[in-house]
Amino acid sequence: MSSDICSLPAHAIAAAVKSRRLSAREVTEAAIARIETTDAALGAFTDKTFERALAEADSVDDAVAAGETPLLAGVPYAVKNLFDIEGVTTRAGSKINRDNPPAGDDAFLVRRMALAGGVLAGGLNMGEYAYDFTGENAHDGISRNPHDPGRMSGGSSGGSGTAVAAGMVPLSLGSDTNGSIRVPASFCGLFGLKPTYGRLSRAGTFPFCASLDHLGPLARSARDLALVLDALQGDDPDDPAQARRAPIAAMAEIDRGIDGLTIAVADDYFRESGMPEAFDAVDTIAAALGVSRTVTLPEAARARASAYVITAAEGAALHGKRIRQRARDFDPDVRDRFIAGAMIPAAWVIQAQKFRAWFHAAMLKVFREVDIILAPATPFHALRSGTKTITLDGVSMPARPNIGLYTQPVSFIGLPVVAVPVWLPNAKLPIGVQVIAPPWREDLALRVAWHLEQQGAVSAPVARMERAA
Amino acid sequence: MTPAFDAESYAEAMAKALELPLPPEWNAAVVAHLQATAAAAGLVLAFPLADDVEPAPVFEP
Repeated sequence: MSSDICSLPAHAIAAAVKSRRLSAREVTEAAIARIETTDAALGAFTDKTFERALAEADSVDDAVAAGETPLLAGVPYAVKNLFDIEGVTTRAGSKINRDNPPAGDDAFLVRRMALAGGVLAGGLNMGEYAYDFTGENAHDGISRNPHDPGRMSGGSSGGSGTAVAAGMVPLSLGSDTNGSIRVPASFCGLFGLKPTYGRLSRAGTFPFCASLDHLGPLARSARDLALVLDALQGDDPDDPAQARRAPIAAMAEIDRGIDGLTIAVADDYFRESGMPEAFDAVDTIAAALGVSRTVTLPEAARARASAYVITAAEGAALHGKRIRQRARDFDPDVRDRFIAGAMIPAAWVIQAQKFRAWFHAAMLKVFREVDIILAPATPFHALRSGTKTITLDGVSMPARPNIGLYTQPVSFIGLPVVAVPVWLPNAKLPIGVQVIAPPWREDLALRVAWHLEQQGAVSAPVARMERAA
Repeated sequence: MTPAFDAESYAEAMAKALELPLPPEWNAAVVAHLQATAAAAGLVLAFPLADDVEPAPVFEP
C-alpha cells in the first residue's frame, strides 16, 4: 500500500486527503518509509525533518476534519538545501555555510507550502552554491539518477530531481539560474517549472546570481506544477526583485487544452550541438501537438554567452570574500570558476546586460507571432557520473558548463518554461523538452504540458530502481 | 572584441592586484575558465549595440 501512495502525484494525494480517503499522517509515514529505504543508495537528502513532517501532517488532518480544504493537503515535499528551513542550517551545497547558525525562519515559499497544507520532509542535495549542472557535490556526495544510479541526476537541483523520480516525495522545490530545475527534470524524467523571473519570492533562499535566480517546483505531473504555482504565489516585500503583478490562476486554466495556441519549434541554435535524442524528443512533442512551424530565437548563441559572462561575474562577486579567505573549503571545480569570475572586466558584464535588453525586445517580437516555443532541455540523456568532457558536433568541450546550453538562453530573459519528460521508443532514459511561453504566461506552458500528459506523449513514472535496491 | 586577450598573464596580474588565491596547481583551470569567459564575452562585444541601449537591470527609485 505504501508504495502505491508513493507513486501518486501530488494532486491525487491532496484530493484523497481532502476527501479523507487517506490521512496526511498515512501519506507522510509512507513517504518517510520510502526515504528510509531508498535514499542511502541515491543521496537525495542532506537534512531530514521527519518530526516536523509528522506534526504538519497531523495539523492537516485536524484542519480537514474541521472542514478546511487546503490546496496541497498532506502532500509531502522537500526543498533544495539553499531554502531556509527553520532550525536547519542552510548549506547551499557548501561546506563553508554549514558553519552558519540554523535558520530562524522558513523561506517565504516554504511558508507558502505550509499554509497550503504541504508536509516538509527535509533539505535536498545540490551542486555547491548552485554553480553546477551535474548533481555531484564534493562534500555531500552524488545525488544519483533513480533511472540509472550510475548516471547524473542533473544539477544544480540534483536532489530535487532524485527525490521525486525515486518516489520519495511527489514534489520538490529547486532553483534555476541557467537551467538548474530544467536539467534535473530532463535527466530524471520529471516535469519542472521555471516561472517568469520575478514571479515568485526568493526571500529566505541562498542566492547565486541576483539578476538570474528563479525558484520553482519539480513533480511527476504537469497538473502538480499548476497546483503548486497557485500555492506559491504571493507578494513578498522581502524580495525586491519580485514583480508587483497579480497572481495567475494556473489550475483554473490548465484544462483549456491547446486550441487557439500557435506553437513552433525553435530552429537554428536549438537544432545544433545536441545528440539525436535531444532533437527526436522535440520532434516527438511537435508531432503530438501537430506542429510543423519553426521559429528562430535571434542571436541565441550570444544570449547564452551573455548569461555565461553575467553568471561568472555575479557569482564571483557574491563569493569574493569566501574565495579569498576559505578557497580550500570550496569544491575545486566551483572555486576555480569563482576565482576566474572575480577577474572579469566590468565592460564585459555591462555589455552583456545591454545585450540582454536587446534580446528581450527581440524575443517579445517573436512572441507576437507565436504563443509557445519548443526546444530541447538538455543536449543528451543523463551523462554517466564523473563525465568531464563531451563531444558535440565534433567539438570536444567541458561537460559541466555545457549541459545547460539550451536552457541558458531562455532563462537569460526570464521566460517561463515547463520542462516535459519524453521517453523515446526503447530508450532506457528520459529526456526533457522545454515548453517556453511569453513572460507571465506560465498558464500557457502548463496547458500544453498537461495536454501532452493526458495524451500520453509525456510521462514521469517513478523509477523502478532494481539497481538501487 | 578580445582578440589579444592573454588569459595567462591577465590571471597572474589580476590575482596579484586583487589578492585572489592562485597557487600554481589551480592556475591551469582558472586560465581555462578565463579563456572560456573571454570567448563568450568576445561574442557579446562583437554585436553592434546602439549607445543608448539601457543595460537590462533598470533601477527604479
